Amino acid sequence: MRIWLEKQRHLIDFTLASLARRKTKNIGLLLAYTLLVFVLASLTLFTHALRTEATFVLAGSPEVILQRMVAGRHDLIPPGYLDKIGRIRGVQKKEGRLWGYYYDPVLNANYTFMARPADEVADGHIMVGNALARERGLDKHNTISFRSYSGKLFTFEVSAVLSPDSELLSADLVLLSENDFRSFFEYPAGHYTDIALSVANPQEVRTVAAKLSSALPDSRPILREEVLRTYQSVFDWREGIILTVLAGAILAFAILAWEKASGLSAEEKREIGILKAIGWETGDVIRMKTWEGLLISLTAFLLGFIAAYVHVFHFGAAVFEPVLKGWSVLYPKFTLVPAVDGLQIATLFFFTVFPYTAAVLVPIWRAAITDPDAVMR
Amino acid sequence: MLFQPAIIALLMAAGVAVLMLLAAAPFAVQVIRHWDINSGSERQLALERRTYLFSTLLSFVMLAQLAALLLFVFNADRLSVMFVGAMCAVGTLNVNGYGFPSLLTQIAVFFLAAMWLAINHVDTQARDYPLVRIKYGLLLLLLPVLVSSFWLEFQYFSALKANVITSCCGSMFSEESKTIAAEASGLEPLPAIWLFYGAMAAAIGVALWHWRRGGRVSGYLLALTSAGGFVAAITGVLSFISLYIYEHPHHHCPFCILKPEYDYQGYWLYIPLFVATAAGLGAGAMQPFARVPSLARIIPAISSRFSGLTAAGYILFTALATWFVLTSNLILIEH
Amino acid sequence: MIELSNIKKAFNQNQPNEYWALHGIDLTVEAGKVTAFRGPSGSGKTTLLTIVGCLSRPTSGRVRFKGEDISGLPERFLTDIRRQSFGFVFQQFNLIKGLSALENVILPAFPTGRPRAELVAAAGELFDQLKLGHRSAAKVEWLSGGEQQRVAIARALINNPEVIIADEPTANLDTALSKEFMAILEGFTAAGKTVLLTSHDPLVVESSAVHRVVGMRDGRLVDG
Repeated sequence: MRIWLEKQRHLIDFTLASLARRKTKNIGLLLAYTLLVFVLASLTLFTHALRTEATFVLAGSPEVILQRMVAGRHDLIPPGYLDKIGRIRGVQKKEGRLWGYYYDPVLNANYTFMARPADEVADGHIMVGNALARERGLDKHNTISFRSYSGKLFTFEVSAVLSPDSELLSADLVLLSENDFRSFFEYPAGHYTDIALSVANPQEVRTVAAKLSSALPDSRPILREEVLRTYQSVFDWREGIILTVLAGAILAFAILAWEKASGLSAEEKREIGILKAIGWETGDVIRMKTWEGLLISLTAFLLGFIAAYVHVFHFGAAVFEPVLKGWSVLYPKFTLVPAVDGLQIATLFFFTVFPYTAAVLVPIWRAAITDPDAVMR
Repeated sequence: MLFQPAIIALLMAAGVAVLMLLAAAPFAVQVIRHWDINSGSERQLALERRTYLFSTLLSFVMLAQLAALLLFVFNADRLSVMFVGAMCAVGTLNVNGYGFPSLLTQIAVFFLAAMWLAINHVDTQARDYPLVRIKYGLLLLLLPVLVSSFWLEFQYFSALKANVITSCCGSMFSEESKTIAAEASGLEPLPAIWLFYGAMAAAIGVALWHWRRGGRVSGYLLALTSAGGFVAAITGVLSFISLYIYEHPHHHCPFCILKPEYDYQGYWLYIPLFVATAAGLGAGAMQPFARVPSLARIIPAISSRFSGLTAAGYILFTALATWFVLTSNLILIEH
Repeated sequence: MIELSNIKKAFNQNQPNEYWALHGIDLTVEAGKVTAFRGPSGSGKTTLLTIVGCLSRPTSGRVRFKGEDISGLPERFLTDIRRQSFGFVFQQFNLIKGLSALENVILPAFPTGRPRAELVAAAGELFDQLKLGHRSAAKVEWLSGGEQQRVAIARALINNPEVIIADEPTANLDTALSKEFMAILEGFTAAGKTVLLTSHDPLVVESSAVHRVVGMRDGRLVDG
């Protein structure tokens, strides 16, 4: 064991010296490698951060949302509907929600207007999302006017700007009181947009939903877990598609690695010949070359990953933003909460180190089987 | 559901491994047909050099398989959100009938590769390479296993359909979608404990016996008790060890213990377990050749070293498992 | 010490350009003596040296080293024997550029897994013997021809082999340096080492340091 360790140390020593001697050749490969890791790592870090953000946001939303359907379209909840639900075991709280979209011609953007209980937002006051506040230059105690769909002008005082922690979903949010909401949209009294139900035990959610659909056949319950699942799936799918598109890049990189590994210079060939002549075994040369590959891989992986981390979490993933985000004109501008996990690193490792190793395996072997007597010919 | 980063990675890894071995197969056939250790011809020299490629290739496949195994389980755990009723990796693997068979063949590929490498290791110690033909025959046998592992994995992933909200409605539950067995089931704790400690004692005992004395009988027995030990260890994890780690009387899951929530305790258990089992199986795999003259002294030496590793691995595994159980706050068995 | 019987060696076997470098050599090399192979280039003396030194395998025939038949050994084991028992001094020195003299010298010992400190000490001793102590940290491409050869000799000795094999050792040296080499050679004999060398330099083959001269021509032995 001791001998084995000592031997690996010698091999690493030699490898480091030999890498240092061939800087230019290796730097090209290292750069390409690092770039590949950088692109892929940025992609996965970014989507993962979005997923985390979505999960974080959804954590605060109700377990079940009930919508009424008319002719397959989402419709208002009529008065008395809430009472029809009656008492369902496991439902802790049920409340009618009021929300809607408002198109602001100033920014050419849609806002989400949502009514909150009077103890949160007083009549005549609003709370606005961070992106909206930024774009319209709003701050606490400022006033702003919106022209309602019926043509009337409403003026509100900003009582608070929402915390930027969850900006992804609250970017375009405007919170106002129920009275203001009803008069602004001329919402019929007693009607609600949908019903939110909180269910404490996650195992009961599906039973509750089943009871709801049998009690109110014209309604559609939407479960939080399903929304979460859909988000995850959409993000994964996008990431997967981009990875597939990038497969070409991975392949190109593997070819480059293959070529670099098999295109040994005369000098390198001579060196391997010398090593074999003076008592290195084929296996020793393979091990030495494996160390070389490992060192290059780890360096590239580390450099690429750190660069990607900085890119995503400090520069907001400037390169990928348009592809992976973007469902609204109001771009949430947020610093993603740094989130890194093992699965991602493992996946990334498979996308970069695995193709590299597979590509250099045969060239390494070819180099290692140089005739030991070649140097004497 | 193939467009999933980890799934693409796994399929790529398995596919590349299959392709590499497939491409190498004709050379293996050449080695079998033309090998002649006494010849000094250039062809023989070329064949000898090719053997280095195969051992490198197989080591690569084995390591990649080990990494892929981890990724496979991680990914299954991550995907569990996508399926109604799936709480963790077990649920995801139960989504269709290919999940567990795929996991099992992958474990099999790992152990078979380890056994091949063990045979290869002893063979390369003997000056006349006595097992070359057998080795390459075995390599060709390994190929279908690898192919079926890839096929099962592909079937599993392509049959995965996430339960996503569809345009018609969000009411999956109304159609009473088939429920996934979200949890693995285990034995009752008490018989499981007996089985577990019995099998561990047997595996450790045989390993120590083989380590001290050598011999073919104990060598074969070691392979048997290692395989049995592996099964018993997994059963033990399912039936009681995991429960103690989760401190939850009904969470039978062999995978969640790998998670950070449980301080990665699973790695501490699985790494010694896999190493010990691989070494034990490897030691057993070389026994049929113990009578080959040039290996008569090599095999006992190496297999006793392997069995030392097996004994150490199982002792570590048992000690850690026992410690996790004893330090747990869960009370499963009333005294 | 080394017995060769009916050694034949072919290159490019079964191809149109097949070429037999050796046509059945029978030879016994005594331990502790200096044996020189003399012959024109292409006579097969270097090929013979590679077979004796376990660098390559004969196409047919037997090689016995210290009584053991090594002709059919796979490369893995030949390498072991070569590393333990043979030290090589090549005509072109074959030092690795960019590494220091010291690094070059300890290279053959890397596969043995001897600790580095031990290797550096052993190399230091060899450098002192060869009067190279002051140059050990210098890169080999900065050394003079004579110094390079002495580095190559130190490298050949690092694993303490019983046999030293030198291929045209004086081909790149002037007379003074060649004489210096012959003096080192005598030191080897005094230390009980067996030396095999090829040369057509009269300074070498006619020197008193050489005990036996074997003539070669067209892959066969001829009278020295």
